[in-house]
Amino acid sequence: MAVTSVNSPSDIYYVPEQSKLPIFASMGLASSVIGLALILNGHSAGTMVLMCGFTVFAFVLWCWFQAVITENLAGLNNDQLKSSYVWGMGWFIFSEVMFFAAFFGTLFYVRNFAVPWLAGDGTHDNFTNSILWPGFEHTWPLMQTPDSAVNGDAAAMQGPDQNMGLSSAGSIWGWLPFWNTVVLLTSSITVHMAHTALKFGHRKPFYLWLGATVVLGVVFLILQAEEYIEAYHHMGLTLSSGIYGATFFMLTGFHGAHVFLGTFMLLVMFLRATLKNHFDANNCFGFEAASWYWHFVDVVWLCLFIFVYVLA
Amino acid sequence: MSHGPAKGIGRWLFTTNHKDIGTLYLWFSFSMFFIGGFFALVIRAELFEPGLQIVEPEFFNQMTTLHGLIMVFGAVMPAFVGLANWMIPIMIGAPDMALPRMNNWSFWILPFAFAILLSTLFMEGGGPNFGWTFYAPLSTTYAPPSVTFFIFAIHIMGASSIMGAINIIATILNMRAPGMTLMKMPLFVWTWLITAYLLIAVMPVLAAVVTMMLMDIHFGTSFFDAAGGGDPVLFQHVFWFFGHPEVYIMILPAFGIISAIIPTFARKPLFGYASMVYATASIALLSFIVWAHHMFTVGIPLVGELFFMYATMLIAVPTGVKVFNWVTTMFRGSLTFETPMLFAVAFVILFTIGGFSGLMLAIAPADFQYHDTYFVVAHFHYVLVPGAIFSITAGVYYWLPKWTGHMYNELMGKTHFWLAFIGLNLTFFPMHFVGLAGMPRRIPDYALQFADFNMISSCGAFLFGAAQVVFLFNVVRTIFSKSKASAEVWEKPTGLEWQLPSPAPYHTFTKPPVIQ
Repeated sequence: MAVTSVNSPSDIYYVPEQSKLPIFASMGLASSVIGLALILNGHSAGTMVLMCGFTVFAFVLWCWFQAVITENLAGLNNDQLKSSYVWGMGWFIFSEVMFFAAFFGTLFYVRNFAVPWLAGDGTHDNFTNSILWPGFEHTWPLMQTPDSAVNGDAAAMQGPDQNMGLSSAGSIWGWLPFWNTVVLLTSSITVHMAHTALKFGHRKPFYLWLGATVVLGVVFLILQAEEYIEAYHHMGLTLSSGIYGATFFMLTGFHGAHVFLGTFMLLVMFLRATLKNHFDANNCFGFEAASWYWHFVDVVWLCLFIFVYVLA
Repeated sequence: MSHGPAKGIGRWLFTTNHKDIGTLYLWFSFSMFFIGGFFALVIRAELFEPGLQIVEPEFFNQMTTLHGLIMVFGAVMPAFVGLANWMIPIMIGAPDMALPRMNNWSFWILPFAFAILLSTLFMEGGGPNFGWTFYAPLSTTYAPPSVTFFIFAIHIMGASSIMGAINIIATILNMRAPGMTLMKMPLFVWTWLITAYLLIAVMPVLAAVVTMMLMDIHFGTSFFDAAGGGDPVLFQHVFWFFGHPEVYIMILPAFGIISAIIPTFARKPLFGYASMVYATASIALLSFIVWAHHMFTVGIPLVGELFFMYATMLIAVPTGVKVFNWVTTMFRGSLTFETPMLFAVAFVILFTIGGFSGLMLAIAPADFQYHDTYFVVAHFHYVLVPGAIFSITAGVYYWLPKWTGHMYNELMGKTHFWLAFIGLNLTFFPMHFVGLAGMPRRIPDYALQFADFNMISSCGAFLFGAAQVVFLFNVVRTIFSKSKASAEVWEKPTGLEWQLPSPAPYHTFTKPPVIQ
């Protein structure tokens, strides 16, 4: 990671020297997934492998970001290199969009095709329903699975007792997803305020707005955890309560994981800004990338709110 | 930037140099090609005669599955990424890839991912045995325990692909030398730009589908289980939404390579450059709306069958534009047939055959007869072997003198070509006939009337395998050869790479060149 020259001319694109980071990152990543697979397959060694792998992975990422930040502070990154990072982050977010698109597509297919067809709707014959799943009816949220329609309480796949729709909450004021929406939309505004403050060179407001965003992210995560606890303990809604539970938890779960990552990224930016005095109006892509990510997570939530909660 | 290649193994483990990483990708791909090829020969040895001779049906299934997975994700894709790494920065006058460390990471994930994938063969219950398309519920309810490792191997190789693609897009969009406008870029760069876009769009979908499998297997969800309200057909939709663009990921860079080679050996500029660019983009866009043509027999509504049939046929138009342009480039050219050109011409002819059988398969009512027969196997091997593999081979012969500074042995190259050409046609052409007659794919035994054609196929497969040993020998011999290659190597080829000495220096275009 030796920095070859401190004052590179701006027309030279900085190509880092040899780096031990990638190979160790690969080892950490591979050990992590091997550990995870061992745990899932019931091997006792799995936890240990996962812990070791993840520690290595996290440590390498720490060093990696540190190296990138050091190079930037040393003035090695010319404008062209900086725009490589911008392109990289933009396309990474696009890949995340496609990841969520696959799950939204799944929800769309299940609601509009799979479940109606199992109930015999929209098909030119009724055999799937009349022979395999007699008595199964198409509803959404799917409260009774085909399995339980046929086998009653003996069914392996039982539907939930309650769903997350507004109707089961009573009023909108007692409806958690509504408050989650409020929290997350507000946080998108606060992170934008932070960005504006930074652009005008107002340090204090920058810290405050950014800190507020992190707090809102944590609040969202707490509310989301509360919702999950409620679902598991009081609503009979779990990962295994039929396709409604599966799509609900996968979509909101992956979103929650992204909120966690986004909050962590913003927290790191907050600490860099406050403790190390990083970022100024012209040199703040680390923060901007995190805020882009945050806006992306917010947009995903809006889609979730509409397609998972409101239209339930 | 003054640093040269480091000494010893560390050069390869810790490198940030696009040429080193390109070389790593290419050697990795080459070794996977031999492993996947070995699996193919196990399959063909078993199918040499009817009846069960060599392997158990269970192991046969693992061979078909791993052959497909290794060839797609381990051989073809990394080979193209290797070529991209080596050539794209040179072709656009960039000092290196946009993000050199991430570039190395993209590569080094792969050996670990494939070690995990191959290790499943030695696990209890055996390796993946559900075909490379891993349809649920074969890959969920009825899968061996090793499927968990398979899923995570796919996850991390997907991460590698996404990072590689982001790097390539950032390089092409951000690192072009001044004056290298988009419509001046070599077609290999263009096709890779579009391929990288496809990769970023669909690899996350693959990650999503294997994640849903994982959840169904270990966490009780019912995505692919009708008992809970899910649908196994959903798996096929999501998989093929990834899978069809994936097919073009494995052929678009090939179009770029062929579009570089044919003009050189026809001694004429490429005919219809702009139309090539637009055709590539059209193919990429269409690839997102044709996926269900893999699923005509699964029971989708009639309107779906019709839509996907016509949309699929539309792809023949831009593909036809490409073939027309290659043929027109050769028309009245001063043709010579050095090894890269032999492979390129064979590509044009044989890929077109694969394209035509694809059109036959696109006809939904006819597909009910062809589906899951050896006709399908013949079709996609005609687009992948003389398509993807031949283009990679052509590219390696074309640029090997630039990489190594030495000329390969032409006679040995031509021997390689003819053995491979005859071998692959012997292997795959008879599969059209047995397939139309109804021989199902992925079955270790077959009815007696298919015996003769299968024996021919098996002989061809071993011939093709032998040809690749000649290839390996020729490449190694070239590296250690003493015959010097000139900077131009060929007769007035176009492209920045030919303005560099052979071998290309470790660092090139540290200062951007001036593009006239």
